[in-house]
Amino acid sequence: MTKPSTKTARTGRPGGFSRAADAVVRRAIALCGWLAIAILGAIFVFLLLNSFKALRELGLWPMVAGTDWYPTVDPARFGFLPSEVGSLWVTGVALLLAVPIGIGASIYLSEFAKGRVKNVAKSIVEFMAAVPSVVLGLLGVAYLSPVIQRTFGLDSGLTALTAGVVVGVMTLPTIISISEDALYSVPSSMRQGSLALGNTAWQTTYKVVLPAASSGIFAAVMLGLGRAIGETMVVLMLAGNSGLVPRLPLEAARTMTGTIAQEMGEVVRGGTHYSVLFAMGLVLFAITFAVNLAADLVLERQRKRWRR
Amino acid sequence: MKARIGIGTMLVTLLAVSVFALTGCGSSTTGTTGGETSATTEAPAQEGGALNVAGSDTMVNLSQAWAEAYAEVNPNAMVTVKGGGSGNGIAALINKTVEIANSSREIKEEEVTQAEAAGVTPVSTEVARDGLAVIVNTANKVADISKDDLGKVYRGEITNWKELGGADAPIVLLGRDSSSGTYGFVQDEVVGKDKLYAKSMRNMQSTQAIVDETAKNPNAIGYVGLGYESASVKPLTVDGVASTVETVLDASYPLSRPLIMISNGEPTGLAAAYLQWILGPDGQKIVADQGFVPLTQ
Repeated sequence: MTKPSTKTARTGRPGGFSRAADAVVRRAIALCGWLAIAILGAIFVFLLLNSFKALRELGLWPMVAGTDWYPTVDPARFGFLPSEVGSLWVTGVALLLAVPIGIGASIYLSEFAKGRVKNVAKSIVEFMAAVPSVVLGLLGVAYLSPVIQRTFGLDSGLTALTAGVVVGVMTLPTIISISEDALYSVPSSMRQGSLALGNTAWQTTYKVVLPAASSGIFAAVMLGLGRAIGETMVVLMLAGNSGLVPRLPLEAARTMTGTIAQEMGEVVRGGTHYSVLFAMGLVLFAITFAVNLAADLVLERQRKRWRR
Repeated sequence: MKARIGIGTMLVTLLAVSVFALTGCGSSTTGTTGGETSATTEAPAQEGGALNVAGSDTMVNLSQAWAEAYAEVNPNAMVTVKGGGSGNGIAALINKTVEIANSSREIKEEEVTQAEAAGVTPVSTEVARDGLAVIVNTANKVADISKDDLGKVYRGEITNWKELGGADAPIVLLGRDSSSGTYGFVQDEVVGKDKLYAKSMRNMQSTQAIVDETAKNPNAIGYVGLGYESASVKPLTVDGVASTVETVLDASYPLSRPLIMISNGEPTGLAAAYLQWILGPDGQKIVADQGFVPLTQ
């Protein structure tokens, strides 16, 4: 008597309870997805509301294109250009350093390293991500900035380059871990196929594995970019924070994150300067959003091509 | 329910009685007949309760030291100190989340307007003074700078040490960021209220960062609070006057500023007692210990 009943329960359609549970879980997961979008929207609205006063009084363009940053004199001058260009240099230097090294390291870890070396190297990379940025900043102040000052014959070692190098080191773990995951998830049948056709291990890597993992590596670089542009502490300690619009990374620079972090503490709440800092946050948000959107579009196109 | 209320009220009355007894005892020994409390070393009144203080980062260590020492003088009081900057402290005072705001600058007109709109009357009490030392690398030959020249240096009009009698080398300008009370002070006193800091000045994120960079960089010049002078850097005399506690106090040193505490209206109760203690000998001794300049007694 019991046997047929269990059989029908197994093969038949799910019962009322499990169907209800399924619906609940599906709704809950959908809610999580929507919540992420809602939070992003809320951040945008929050920034917009707080920067409203600055946008009304000064206008967006004069701030975005202004070259003078003198927030406390009368009349105050709020030009974002020194910070924008500074952020650009620091992030540029960081990525120039971190992308080749990061991808190289991930290729080594995924394709060539074996056994213990691989395990130890991977845990060291993970440990790198756990080093607080203040500590790296201190190391930069003590060791890197004198080296850079001497090497390039500068007045001071506090430059966009110095900050960029340290920020680059900080973005390495992000880029390495995520690219390594992407490379690792390429099916081994593809590698075997390539090897069977007479390709060497290195040819297999750059002709087959790298293209197959390219979308994941691209995502890793984008996350690294987000990490680099958002870094604050190291930049405050090493970039020099001058008011100049830096023409070269060898000059002292300020960044958007650094400016906001440094000045938020002392501004009059609800005042113009306060609102301008939120406007700067809004610009930063817009830039990172645009970069991520562009990256997503590129990825999407890539995926479609691979599907064919 | 009833029993719990009973215990609660009992505890409160017990506490009240004991506090009352303590203060009563104190006043009876100092003599209530004279009206004015004579100059005894005892704390003025044992006001109990909590007092929240927030504001200037320059003052945060000093303020913490006061709070700790005051806890021993008056165990019934609980003083909590937070930093965050003068602007944040004043904002907190206006929002009525703190009773006292620390500030290393005068309250701005914009803030007074805001405070009045929120029904807060800011009253400032000067609690200490701070002198500003101008520091250079120990290898620098320059020993003195006039206040005028210092202004020219920070406006970017003088860019080479040669012009100040030093080596033929570019001046590396170090300063604080605009959130710092010190930055504002140098802006007003040295650079000029309607003039601009040189864009090439590096806005360091802390006073210690200025000291560290000056110690390493032979061409650097920076300004720091008196308490930050150390053997690793060389302080310049300004207009021929060295920056010492004495010269700041008698105002012969050209770069000195007040440190203030701001309350909502004239301070009352615990806040009044606390400020009175700070202005007294014990509080002012801590000022000196922390490297600031105590007020003349």
